[in-house]
Amino acid sequence: MSITEILFWFLTAMALGSAIMVITSRSPVHSVLWLIVTFFAISGHYIMMNAQFLAIVNIIVYAGAIMVLFLFVVMLMNLNAESEPQKNRMLQFAGLLAGGCLFLVILASLMKATETSSMVQLGSGNEGLIKNLGKALFNDYVIPFEISSVLFLSAMIGAVLIGKKEKAEHDGN
Amino acid sequence: MNNVLQLVWLIPVLPLLGFLINGLGRKHLSKGLSGLIGSGTVLGSLVISILVFLSVKNGNTPVIHYFDFINAGSLKIGFDFQVDQLSSLFLLIITGVGFLIHVYSTSYMHEEEPKDFAKYFAYLNLFVFSMLLLVMGANYVIMFIGWEGVGLCSYLLIGFWFRNNNYNNAAKKAFVMNRIGDLGFLLAVFWLINKTGTTDFQGVFAGISKLTTTDITGITLLLFVGATGKSAQIPLYTWLPDAMAGPTPVSALIHAATMVTAGIYMIARSNILYSMAPVTQAVVAIVGLSTAILAATIALRQNDIKKVLAYSTVSQLGYMFLGLGVGAYTGAVFHVMTHAFFKALLFLGAGSVIHAMSGEQDMRNMGGLKKYMGITHLTFLLGCLAIAGMPPFAGFFSKDEILAAVYAKNPVLWGIGVAGAMMTAFYMFRLYAMTFLGKFRGTHEQEHHLHESPMAITIPLMVLTLLSVVGGWVGIPEALMKGGHHFAEFLAPVFAQSDAITVKHTMTHSTEYMLMIVSVSLALVTLVYAWMKFSKYEKTDKEETGIGKVLENKWYVDELYQTMITRPIQFMSKYFNEVLERKGIDGFVNGVGKAVNYGSRQVRLLQSGQVGAYVLLMVLGILVLFIIQLFL
Amino acid sequence: MEIKYYIGLAVALFCIGVAGVLTRRNAIIIFMCIELMLNAVNVLLVAFSKMHALSALGKAMPSVVSDGQLFVFFIMVVAAAEVSVGLAIIVMMYRNVHAVDVNFLNRLKN
Repeated sequence: MSITEILFWFLTAMALGSAIMVITSRSPVHSVLWLIVTFFAISGHYIMMNAQFLAIVNIIVYAGAIMVLFLFVVMLMNLNAESEPQKNRMLQFAGLLAGGCLFLVILASLMKATETSSMVQLGSGNEGLIKNLGKALFNDYVIPFEISSVLFLSAMIGAVLIGKKEKAEHDGN
Repeated sequence: MNNVLQLVWLIPVLPLLGFLINGLGRKHLSKGLSGLIGSGTVLGSLVISILVFLSVKNGNTPVIHYFDFINAGSLKIGFDFQVDQLSSLFLLIITGVGFLIHVYSTSYMHEEEPKDFAKYFAYLNLFVFSMLLLVMGANYVIMFIGWEGVGLCSYLLIGFWFRNNNYNNAAKKAFVMNRIGDLGFLLAVFWLINKTGTTDFQGVFAGISKLTTTDITGITLLLFVGATGKSAQIPLYTWLPDAMAGPTPVSALIHAATMVTAGIYMIARSNILYSMAPVTQAVVAIVGLSTAILAATIALRQNDIKKVLAYSTVSQLGYMFLGLGVGAYTGAVFHVMTHAFFKALLFLGAGSVIHAMSGEQDMRNMGGLKKYMGITHLTFLLGCLAIAGMPPFAGFFSKDEILAAVYAKNPVLWGIGVAGAMMTAFYMFRLYAMTFLGKFRGTHEQEHHLHESPMAITIPLMVLTLLSVVGGWVGIPEALMKGGHHFAEFLAPVFAQSDAITVKHTMTHSTEYMLMIVSVSLALVTLVYAWMKFSKYEKTDKEETGIGKVLENKWYVDELYQTMITRPIQFMSKYFNEVLERKGIDGFVNGVGKAVNYGSRQVRLLQSGQVGAYVLLMVLGILVLFIIQLFL
Repeated sequence: MEIKYYIGLAVALFCIGVAGVLTRRNAIIIFMCIELMLNAVNVLLVAFSKMHALSALGKAMPSVVSDGQLFVFFIMVVAAAEVSVGLAIIVMMYRNVHAVDVNFLNRLKN
């Protein structure tokens, strides 16, 4: 077993394990923290595949910004394990079963698929570098890039509008 | 004279106009005005009819085409009027008698509310319109329109006093019986269209060679079924006596003079078809004769003055069918005409009596009216003589002509026919004697009220009496006067084609004299017997027994129909209603509703409103789709 | 590394995310599970882009190689926008019903 394989399996185990911890831990704060671990593992995978830009962005945007936002909201609401709503056992079991079945079905289809043994380039290749991605982004994808800025703007406005305290209607409540 | 033919369309349109005005404006018209409109329009038709008649007499017999009524594929049915000897004669009878009866009605119906009065005249005008359409139509379809129209008016007028439930039932009975007959008529028309592709009289008669004997027999039998319904023959005659529920002038116009002769007219119109179907002719003759006898026997023991006349009408119609059956079309039509005169007269006379008796119709409570009602008495007596076949009144000539033709065909039928004529004489003079002779048997109050009817009633009576007396003189048989039968000469073109194919039975004049003498003397004897017997009639409480009771109950034919037809149908309807309709169809329909209701109640539980459940279902759906897509 | 292992990893992450959505009632955790599913897809996209990069080695580089990674970038963009709006909605919901339980969001039923 080469060092890349060991690294791959280690990161995979880390990602899956912390993902399971996300959905099983009772406290939302723990869930958020475990999710950050998952993201770090995924970023590790990106680095292995030499997708350096994505790895950095993943850590900065996801683990940094988004998860901090989550953490912020969780703490704002003062949510903890005690306030965590409990779901019907039956439904919980059914959900688990459905997820498992989905996993098995897709895996089974994978068994039937051809060319599943194509190799993935690891540790080399320069298309994932910032330089090359930047070129592609600002040449071929300049319009979607600009549109995404509009998307951000509208999302920001939307978030502010939704989060704003309404005055008249909810005074009574 | 040709200009007159351009006015032909006015003949039916005028009464239709009267119907519309009276019908729509019945809430606003005064009695005088609606009576005037009702009678006036018919008078207008009468005037035009006379002009048309004169024109026809000069040999103008066109078919006038107005517009295409049905134009589908190869089938073309025009809205055509046929103006010929037969239809112009019927036009005269309908508008003439109709006008007199309209005038009579203005007085007879005077006690009605103005609204109902106008309604009555509207119906009466509609009837005249339909009847004229029936007679003038140049094909079976136009005839059928009129045929249905008169049935409808008959229903409306029988049930005119619709607040009385018995009258309503009588109206319904008439309508249903007529419908049964109409079905036969309709089937015959379909058969004709199928075989000849046309319904025009001229077209059918010209193309008669296209029809096989089976076709002709079938068509004529079906047409005869229609005639039995409309003209009250066995087995569909029972509606006519019940139809006396209507106002008396209606009975006179519809159920004696005009509508019931529609069947005769139709068969006379189709005479060629009948002449070519000996089987049907035999059926017609037998049915006619048995109806004549059956109705006559029933009339012997009826006590309701109008019922006697009703059965007498059925009986006389039977004679006409007998005449048609033996091929004496002229005689039958002749009898239609004379019968229209004297039966209308008798009905109107009866109406006058009922009017005077304040609505009393039972003859056992009458008697001795002779001294109170001079004109009515005299006209009634002459009418009775006419119907009894006494020379030289109208009935003698027409009945004699039919009986002579019957004798030529079959002496046995003649014998039965003469027996019927005797019965006619008997029950008519029983009626006369019980009503006008002897002493008054009603209540004191009624006696106090007795009076002669007003002019509007007596003048039509007198006119009709005149017609009943002289009406027969247009058809004096050859044996009595050479060239005296103008009537036959006039109608000859209509029946020319069938006369050519029927075998002529020639009789010596001495045989004819003998027949006349026999029938007249026998009728005279019964007449005198009835006169003697019933002029001293006393009211008794004794129940009729034996044959008398059977006759009084009309041979229990109504009861027979009740058990044979009405009851099983009602039972079946009840069964279908309760089992098939309620449990079967309703059960199925309601079951579907219930199933959907129950199903949605169950399916509704899926909509729990819980996001988790929705997501779960969504995932399961994706799972299923995956499995189908990937593995199946 | 063979592509099937990456596919397996991505599917496993995705299904964990699905199971999380199905089993938890806390709206924030459901949201995080969705992020998890998005990341599973991201991994897959990058893996496929690298697979193509290898097969195209020595030839002219096909655009799918950088396209795959740019898609991941755009997914992150959308995810960021989505999270900002989604969290605002959750805050709003918490303010109204004082809970983050999605089962309270059943007003449509009544």
